[in-house]
Amino acid sequence: MEILKMDGVQLTYQTPDGETEAIRNINLSIEDGEFVAIIGPSGCGKTTVLSMIAGLMKPSGGEIFIEGKKVEGTGNDVGYMLQRDQLFEWRTIESNVMLGLEVQKTATPENKEYAVKMLEKYGLGDFKKHLPKQLSGGMRQRAALIRTLAFKPKILLLDEPFSALDFQTRIAVCDDVHSIIRAEKKTAVLVTHDISEAISLADRIVVLSSRPAIVKNVYTIDIDGKPLERRENPKFSSWFDVIWKDVSR
Amino acid sequence: MKKVLSLHEQYLRSVRLNKIKVLSIQLAILILFFSVWELAAQLNWIDSFITSSPSRILKTLGSMESLEIFRHVGITVMECIVGFIIASVLGTLIAVLLWWFETLRKVMEPYIVVLNALPKIALGPLIIIWVGAGYKAIILMTVLICIIVTVMSVLAAFLSCDDGKILLMRSMGASKFQILIKLILPNAVPNLISMLKINVGLSWVGVIMGEYLVSAAGLGYLIIYGGQVFKLDLVMASTLILCILAAVMYMGVALVEKFAKRFR
Repeated sequence: MEILKMDGVQLTYQTPDGETEAIRNINLSIEDGEFVAIIGPSGCGKTTVLSMIAGLMKPSGGEIFIEGKKVEGTGNDVGYMLQRDQLFEWRTIESNVMLGLEVQKTATPENKEYAVKMLEKYGLGDFKKHLPKQLSGGMRQRAALIRTLAFKPKILLLDEPFSALDFQTRIAVCDDVHSIIRAEKKTAVLVTHDISEAISLADRIVVLSSRPAIVKNVYTIDIDGKPLERRENPKFSSWFDVIWKDVSR
Repeated sequence: MKKVLSLHEQYLRSVRLNKIKVLSIQLAILILFFSVWELAAQLNWIDSFITSSPSRILKTLGSMESLEIFRHVGITVMECIVGFIIASVLGTLIAVLLWWFETLRKVMEPYIVVLNALPKIALGPLIIIWVGAGYKAIILMTVLICIIVTVMSVLAAFLSCDDGKILLMRSMGASKFQILIKLILPNAVPNLISMLKINVGLSWVGVIMGEYLVSAAGLGYLIIYGGQVFKLDLVMASTLILCILAAVMYMGVALVEKFAKRFR
């Protein structure tokens, strides 16, 4: 089933120096349960694409549909995960995870219990009452993911969620996030500039051109398994070659 | 048999000892200061008519009509606390408004900068004419001195909130009011506390300045009156009481800080 559809999406910014055409034309269809990575040269408007899907920005042309419904403003359809975990330092992990439910006024006992269950399921049960600063970077990012999953969004948007972590942690968190998203059968759109990260996580990779962005190519990655296993697969480096050449051309 | 202390116990003990050491030196300085002052006065090294002395201060306080000093202290404390609360609450509210309405913020910016630079005491005569020469004028002076700094520092704290956190809340569909209540305000709690600390000092400045300008009672009045009639014992006694009051109020804010840290 098609869950997300971008139909001729364009975006033009107005700045004092004039108009900047950031995105020329993006057509994209994402199936339920798919993990799609968007990569492209820096400054090509990858994050802008996510902002538009989240309803934070209005496209200047074209339309975006989530489950056939046109995106017009923010709501509870998408869960946005940012570069840094953005946990609120003054809230406990448990209360951080409830943020989305509170904001959307859906903090019913069942929904709260679901969120707590998620914490317990993914190894944060003992840290419910801890403050974010008492957790490691990897655990914080896991808590941030559970915060976005707690209000059961239809689509997860990941904006370079690992880029603020050191290499060791990044590999581990990457595995974590992947297995959580798979276990919860969520649809995810990842934006990254790290090609190997994209190959190790995604089912499909969308390569954007430099500004003004269009979809250059879409690759279906035929490697299965967890990110670490994928990295060891012999096909990994050939995929890397193909995509690296495409991005840097 | 002597108990053998573990390393951690030894550490705790040295921390405790260090605390005691600092505290006793602090006390010793205070005692030494007053003893030397008294001694110098007794031995006529200094002219105690000009410099007063601890014993003369005590005598002054004792010789005042019963409870007279408490009346003056009470009035000053009331003016100070009322001014402090009005300035802190009103200043924070104004900061919230300026955060909420970006255009208003841009419009008001030059005015706030000018008002901040203006020495508020210059408004003294106007205040007296507008609200009369009573405690109202003194409270107004206190509020004027504190409020601009409050607005500026609180607004700066609101605006320094991480854009990523705001984006996160917006992506969840949060309203502006929810962003204010759940993010902007709790995020600014440390700044609000330091604003209160600054206001403790500033509100005392405001009250005493106000009382210098216009008053019939209060510690500032006693100081000015004492100076005019050359009763320097009275000036010193009032100053000493002011020191104590300021310290007590600061401790009050420190308590609020502890409380806020626990219940944010």
